[in-house]
Amino acid sequence: MRGNVDKSAPQHSGSTAYINARIIDPTGDSEYRGAVLISDGKIADYGPNLFASGAPYGIQSVDCRGLYLAPGLVDTRVLASAGAAAAVGGITSLVLLPDNEPPFDDASLIEFVARRARQVKLANMYAYGALTVGLEGKELAEIGLLAEAGAVAFTDADHAVGNAQVMRRALYYAKAFDALIVHLPQEPTLSTGNMTSGETATRLGLSGNPPLAEVMMVERDIRLAEMTGGRLHLAKISTAEAVAAIAAAKARGLKITCDTAAPYFALNDLAVGDYRTFGKLVPPLRAEKDRMAVVEGLKNGTIDAIVSDHRPQDQDSKRVPFAQAEPGGIGLETLLPISLELVHNGHLTLPRLFQLLSSTPARLFGLPGGKLAKGAPADLVVFDADYAWKVDRDVLCSKTKNTPFDERPVQGRVMATIVGGRTIYRDDSFTTTAQAA
Amino acid sequence: MGVPRLPHLLGIEGLAPEAISGLLDLSESYIDQNRSIDKRRDLLAGRTVINLFFENSTRTRTSFEVAAKRLGADVINMDVATSSVRKGETLLDTAMTLNAMRPDSIVVRHSESGAVNLLSQKVNCAVINAGDGQHEHPTQALLDALTIRRRRGSLQGLLVAICGDIMHSRVARSNIHLLQIMGARVRVVGPPTLMPTDIEKMGVEVHYSMKTGLKDVDIVMMLRLQTERMQGLFVPSISEYFHFFGLDHEKLKFAKPDALIMHPGPMNRGVEIDSEVADDLDRSVIHEQVEMGVAVRMACLEALIGGRRNALAGAAA
Repeated sequence: MRGNVDKSAPQHSGSTAYINARIIDPTGDSEYRGAVLISDGKIADYGPNLFASGAPYGIQSVDCRGLYLAPGLVDTRVLASAGAAAAVGGITSLVLLPDNEPPFDDASLIEFVARRARQVKLANMYAYGALTVGLEGKELAEIGLLAEAGAVAFTDADHAVGNAQVMRRALYYAKAFDALIVHLPQEPTLSTGNMTSGETATRLGLSGNPPLAEVMMVERDIRLAEMTGGRLHLAKISTAEAVAAIAAAKARGLKITCDTAAPYFALNDLAVGDYRTFGKLVPPLRAEKDRMAVVEGLKNGTIDAIVSDHRPQDQDSKRVPFAQAEPGGIGLETLLPISLELVHNGHLTLPRLFQLLSSTPARLFGLPGGKLAKGAPADLVVFDADYAWKVDRDVLCSKTKNTPFDERPVQGRVMATIVGGRTIYRDDSFTTTAQAA
Repeated sequence: MGVPRLPHLLGIEGLAPEAISGLLDLSESYIDQNRSIDKRRDLLAGRTVINLFFENSTRTRTSFEVAAKRLGADVINMDVATSSVRKGETLLDTAMTLNAMRPDSIVVRHSESGAVNLLSQKVNCAVINAGDGQHEHPTQALLDALTIRRRRGSLQGLLVAICGDIMHSRVARSNIHLLQIMGARVRVVGPPTLMPTDIEKMGVEVHYSMKTGLKDVDIVMMLRLQTERMQGLFVPSISEYFHFFGLDHEKLKFAKPDALIMHPGPMNRGVEIDSEVADDLDRSVIHEQVEMGVAVRMACLEALIGGRRNALAGAAA
């Protein structure tokens, strides 16, 4: 990190113009040079012709000097409130997973998250409610009360609901509240291994999870969603067959959505290499053909969103033999640069990438940010898409260092993160201070 | 004859054929010494070898202990209880504690794949893998190779069948690597539930029947059915397993008439191997394998710590 996270930035008031920016408008599917005007924490105006001849006298202006300006990232899969790392990563809204200690299966805990977010004053923080009590997949959690307390969606986090009857009832019941159910589709009885099945697992002598464990559950869930009419969002899609099954369901007109996490389009099972526990994730990193299918799913619209799946693990949980290591990786600070690889490699346009990172997840989860629109919250990110650097676990600002992307050369760096008009993070090189013209 | 210089011996995968030949040649030189009355040399006098066994193994530990003592090294045996749930914590703690006592080599066995690799990154002495989970058991593959080479002259062109519980076997993996590096062809034979996924991508032929699997093979390597590793139902019953996959004289007829029978031990008689076959002195080289084990481990110790200075001494912290 070579910048400054500012929790004490004052509430935005008056007007600020971000001029001379390359604006990415995901919902308008366009990209142009222009300006954004913020008034009292909200987007007041934006467009290619706005302030084309300079900001008018009397309002503050920030010269973006040709850098990109886009809606801030909306990350719907984060464990533990990591406000500073999110700010550095350009994330302006995040949704916390419920597998906390204790799990978010009680309304008071959802209220606690909201209260905590108001204290931390960085990214907007929302919370999932548990789908089942204790995330055990047996009894339904109080979905209605949790929704009333502010839970934006319901999930058992990385625990798949193995019992089809429980999942069926959850999808039915949630309809009463139009609640979104987010499910990690991994057949639990086939997912007890330590990495994906295949040659690498066999060579390393590690027990494997067959990729089939994903598509089996995806197909079951599709049937249940079709039968119940419930709102289903499948999380962290990692295999070619699951992408194909979801594409087929969408082609049949089902309103199913899904996301993937950055590791599944950027890494394959070779990243486990010589027993690298930072590469131990849920679901496990898959084969190269699966990674390519995930990229294709992002290109053709089968996959709707990208999440960081930020899951800190301390050193004691990772510096152990692979089978004993806790799964999960951190991802907030690398989410944008890793995702930008899809643009640099010619797979996606920038507006399409920001649909995946910002506008679509915000829409699916009913969150106010993630788009350029008059009256929308001024949640924005300024970034340099070409800035080259190397991920170094010791330089990341997250408290734990378990990144699966350690030592990866990347391109793209956040220059400023703006939430409700407040600049909560600014890179040292982005020194243009807001000044009265 | 060049003595290969290695920092550690963690596995067979990735070793050059010259390194393997070098270790086998060196092992040969110790066989006569081990058969003579005066078995002890002082090549490793003053060196300390720690046998760190997180998993019980009387045979392998004894073999390493005998090997080190015959070269004059001081040997300390550490049998670490494995009952604690968080054994990973004790692994690195124990490793670094022992490392501070400045041993020249640590011989490690652990129930988790990769545990020995992990440990080797945290110490600055030579680490020998005495078996890690389902990953590798390099000295077993070397002693098997030495046994075969003495009987057949060379490994080149031989057809070897490895039979039984391939999935849970580190012996199978190390042997698959070594035999192929040295030019032998390898078949794996066993029920599909005991075959690891994509094993054929390691270059082996897969057979689910002893009849086709043993056809015309030069060597039959039986594996222990590791019932203690079974998490669920891999085979319906011991008797069914023996009926279809246990080696008896009937099934042995499929192999070449002079095919050798090997087993890494300890044997489950009547499970994967019939007593008559195991004790057939014309065909079974099981006791010879044990003898070669000591010679091979002496060679490995010499290759790792027999030089004038520890190969890793420069890296000492």
